[in-house]
Amino acid sequence: MALHTTRPDVPALLRDAGLAGFVAALLAFPLLGFELNASAQGITLNYRLLWIVYAAAIVFAGRLGISLALFYLAPQIASLIPKSGGLFARLSPHATRYSVGVIMIVLALALPWAGADRNLVDKATLILIYIMLGWGLNIVVGLAGLLDLGYVAFYAVGAYSYAILSTTFGLSFWICLPLAGLLAGAFGIALGFPVLRLRGDYLAIVTLGFGEIIREIIINWQVVTGGPNGIGGIARPSFFGLEMLPVATEGHTTFSDFFNIPFSPDQRVIFLYYLILMLALATNFFTLRIRQLPIGRAWEALREDEIACRSLGLNPTMVKLSAFAIGATFAGFAGSFFAARQNFISPESFTFIESAIILAIVVLGGMGSQIGIVLAAILLVGLPEWFRDLAEFRMVAFGAAMVLIMIWRPQGLLSHREPTLRLGSGGSP
Amino acid sequence: MTTPKPVLTVEHLTIRFGGLLAIDDLSFEARTGDITALIGPNGAGKTTAFNCITGFYKPDTGRMSFHHPSGETHLLERMDGFRIARAGVVRSFQNIRLFPAMSVAENLMVAQHVALQRASIFSIAGFLRLPSYLKAEREAHDKARYWLAQTGLENDADTLAGSLPYGSQRRLEIARAMCADPSLLCLDEPAAGLNPSESLALNALLKKIRDEHKISILLIEHDMSVVMQISDRIHVLEQGRLIASGTPDEIRANPDVIRAYLGVEDHDELAMVSGGQV
Repeated sequence: MALHTTRPDVPALLRDAGLAGFVAALLAFPLLGFELNASAQGITLNYRLLWIVYAAAIVFAGRLGISLALFYLAPQIASLIPKSGGLFARLSPHATRYSVGVIMIVLALALPWAGADRNLVDKATLILIYIMLGWGLNIVVGLAGLLDLGYVAFYAVGAYSYAILSTTFGLSFWICLPLAGLLAGAFGIALGFPVLRLRGDYLAIVTLGFGEIIREIIINWQVVTGGPNGIGGIARPSFFGLEMLPVATEGHTTFSDFFNIPFSPDQRVIFLYYLILMLALATNFFTLRIRQLPIGRAWEALREDEIACRSLGLNPTMVKLSAFAIGATFAGFAGSFFAARQNFISPESFTFIESAIILAIVVLGGMGSQIGIVLAAILLVGLPEWFRDLAEFRMVAFGAAMVLIMIWRPQGLLSHREPTLRLGSGGSP
Repeated sequence: MTTPKPVLTVEHLTIRFGGLLAIDDLSFEARTGDITALIGPNGAGKTTAFNCITGFYKPDTGRMSFHHPSGETHLLERMDGFRIARAGVVRSFQNIRLFPAMSVAENLMVAQHVALQRASIFSIAGFLRLPSYLKAEREAHDKARYWLAQTGLENDADTLAGSLPYGSQRRLEIARAMCADPSLLCLDEPAAGLNPSESLALNALLKKIRDEHKISILLIEHDMSVVMQISDRIHVLEQGRLIASGTPDEIRANPDVIRAYLGVEDHDELAMVSGGQV
């Protein structure tokens, strides 16, 4: 310990740890202090006062340990973390970012063949849905700076559009996909109009309400949406007209028959994986392109300063509505894919927690960073899936991971923003 | 010799915030090709007048007509702020309003949004990178580069606007306003916080905008070294009223202006102002 001439202030650390232990005891009292025993005689209440003591003791020791560790290890830790830009600062040059993107895409393409089992591909499909939703919401929140807490509503509109069109009119997935996007986009505009004047917290509250309204409508409009029972028997997407089914429906051919291979459910899983990968990549390509167009710059300018935008002749109404509409459209695409993959949808899939997770992905990814959103989606959607072995402590591990990230990178995993053009001495790239 | 139409005519402008009469029957005009200055003590209503002209406030009464060099006349009191900017009245702000997290070049590109958006045809031509759009984009880059050079920011094109030093941010705001293609450039205290040499550079820049680019300028300014040297005409406001108009020399000699700036000397007047309580 040659580095340290000072000694830790032990009484202060003990006080701090004591306080943490006290808070832990307070929290543990209602959470751990009681146990309900259901038996044939009825329900009895057990007191587990010792558990409270254990909890307080663990927190006390842990807090003391962390304080001491931080005291002795702080300089080493500080030297590990670069001052600005963080771990990924060296990714900032355009070429490096580009190659990281290409490597990620190649890995994603190779995943089903690299010995991954069906389970993993299925999880990857789920993560990709959230990546796509994150990229879509990023347009609204990350670029245009409009805090939207009801994004799941558009996801629901997309899912139900496909489900209803498919089960009622027998339309195929590929016809319904653009229709679902359009419908969700129209809902985006419908939400956009009343909230044009709102910003920040107020906008968040209204969008939150909008998300709930859509869910309530779905639950209560039984005739159309099937109410709480949902809609089942939704047609699976076909591969250029070839069905991913063991036995072909009338007038169609199955994928396995066409290529003369035995049918296996894995084919469908892998097909769905590639389908959402393509949809997500299309979203990404669209976002990267549109960021460099006037409308994309207008979104970012609106996030920065709405009054300055108006003074330069930008129509804030159009800028906001376009952001809402385009963000919602991608949610609609993702929703119709979700419905096609699940075969069955119900209002339970579109609760507020979904909006919260998607928003957390965008914020954690670093508000506007495309690769950051990928990492955040893997963390937020992937971790709880892989933590399933931890059973009821799954969400504790999830919470701990979130806290660690917020300590380590409060500005998000990748907060670097690449300018959309360079006019410097090098000329535009 | 016929006098050209004034670029801006303000008639009987009045605006009230609750009980406060911020602007009281203000009429003035800004001549085409002139640098017109609005001066007055703090709270005289200069910025309020600006906010009315640029559509950020709606006046209670009054008419403001903007005569575009093409011959069109726009009645500003009926227009939204962004439409006024599109018509050719572009402003800067007293407390600088840049897009701080965007690069300097991007700030200048946003200013050309209207033209670029038109060239991108609902973003379709832009998305497909059609030649017509790429040409418009190149022209926008050139224009941005030109104004960067004019404002001495050519080496800062790719830095974040928010990380520029204060004086550069002021110049960037002018460059950005110029990229928006104004016919009347409205500057709200462009010299605030500048050091003397920066003020001199600003004078030269504003004169150049007037003489070479034939753009009329309306400015609010406290810095008399700027106002007196470059203004063609000055209007003096006090407590929402116009108390004097004229050339810099006339204004310098005007007793009302001196009184407004240096305070009331006459004891009888003081008694009148405070309601006879002295």
